[in-house]
Amino acid sequence: MIGERTTPYSDVIRQRWRRPAFRGPLPGATAVAEDVNPLCGDRVRMEFILDDGLIAAARFVGDSCAICTASADIVAEKVLARSVPDALALTTHTLLEALDADIRPTRMRCVTLPLGVMQTALRTLAAKPAPEAGR
Amino acid sequence: MRLDVETRKDFPILDRFVNGRRLVYLDSAASSQKPRSVIEAMTRYYETHHANVHRSIHTLGEEATELYELCRDRVQRFIGAPAREEVVLTRGTTDGISLIAETIGRTLQPGDDVIVTEIEHHSNLVPWQLVARAHGATMKAIPVRPDGTLDLEAFDRLLTDRTRVVTFAHVSNVLGTITPVAEICRRARAAGAFTVVDGAQAAPHLVIDVAALGCDFYAFSAHKMLGPTGIGVLYGRRAVLEQLEPGRGGSEMIKEVWIDHAQWNDLPWRFEPGTPPIAEAVGLTAAIEYLEKLTMPRVTDHEQALAQAAIGALAAIPNVRVYGPPAGVDRGAVVAFSVDGLHPHDVAALLDAEGVAVRAGHHCAQPLMRCLGTVGTTRASFSVYTSPDDVTVLAAAVAGLETAL
Repeated sequence: MIGERTTPYSDVIRQRWRRPAFRGPLPGATAVAEDVNPLCGDRVRMEFILDDGLIAAARFVGDSCAICTASADIVAEKVLARSVPDALALTTHTLLEALDADIRPTRMRCVTLPLGVMQTALRTLAAKPAPEAGR
Repeated sequence: MRLDVETRKDFPILDRFVNGRRLVYLDSAASSQKPRSVIEAMTRYYETHHANVHRSIHTLGEEATELYELCRDRVQRFIGAPAREEVVLTRGTTDGISLIAETIGRTLQPGDDVIVTEIEHHSNLVPWQLVARAHGATMKAIPVRPDGTLDLEAFDRLLTDRTRVVTFAHVSNVLGTITPVAEICRRARAAGAFTVVDGAQAAPHLVIDVAALGCDFYAFSAHKMLGPTGIGVLYGRRAVLEQLEPGRGGSEMIKEVWIDHAQWNDLPWRFEPGTPPIAEAVGLTAAIEYLEKLTMPRVTDHEQALAQAAIGALAAIPNVRVYGPPAGVDRGAVVAFSVDGLHPHDVAALLDAEGVAVRAGHHCAQPLMRCLGTVGTTRASFSVYTSPDDVTVLAAAVAGLETAL
């Protein structure tokens, strides 16, 4: 059956879909954003806590597909302990490498949705004065 | 002979392989495949007859005009329209609904109501939202009941002397519910409201008789009924069309034009501004002739049998939930389902790896998805060429999904 055949999903996607490390709400989050994938209606919310200019905690919440869930999990992991400018520099290319899958154009939004949400959340923070952002 | 056995040879695309498997195309509700007669009719038109229609005084122009207007006659017969002047050719269902929303919309007043239903496709919601917002009208929705039918008692409570339009799907593109069109139209007309029917999921599958349905407007697309993309139909009852000012302007829809005003053309051209989709009209004619040769009652029976088989096969799989009217109740040619623990897009991607093409997501019906308490579903849909074997392959693939991710 399907399990014996090649599927569009890599081991990375399967593992992060089954057991995402960064899923769940983040109480006390200081930077939060969410957005919707208009193609499927999936909604992803990303939450961050900053400490002394670095991202001390990152989580995501959302009812989304395996690719989007894996992507959100990787985004949270990648930005951890980074500065806001460093996190904002995270690219789609980096995510695709980490996902280790042949993502078709129809599913690219599943990959980029969490990235865009993270950037929205952190940009609002970056626009604020530094002391407040680092509080 | 079973319909698919008779028709499959006419659809070249069904010979395709996808991911090393025979293509099992179960996405006809999104867009059907095309028989060779439609493809060849359009090619022949471009190779031998093409010119602009209506005002070209040369042989090709006359031939193109004749072919374009022949489509109107075929549509008139296909939907039981009393007059050819009532058949407006559009770009598709969305375009037809938008056209009539813009046209009626200009007559809306603050405090007027537009009644829709909770099962509507976005195409029959958003055009009305735009005109309602612009003119201060209010949108109200007939609720859907758990069995997928509309709550007509609630409809009676919504219907008032401020209701200007009642607009609803003939067949739900998600649940497959067949709505009681004639009854809703009767009640709406008694209240003095216009009725608009979204027939996108009905025209390809059911016998359509607009006179018997008693609607004022009926919109559908060619591409879901074996015809080409880019053309659709808006039937409008003549008495109503005659009293409406056109909502869109351009060439073809006028008799005489001055700098600051114009005199409108006769029906139906009054509602067809600009150069129409001519080759697509030729394709639609061929599609209608193909369906008429099969006969629509046979088409309905074939697709009903497939839908019932799919409901039975899918509902028997643990962790699969099937939506819409229960088994045995007539429905359109769609079966939506969900698999516990799997996102519909992942279901569709995994099925695609097996060569099975299905639709997944909100199906452009997000208000309905909220009623169902889900982000989306996976949908299998059928046409004249769909075989019982296609349904068997689908069910076997869905049964194997549990271990796939």
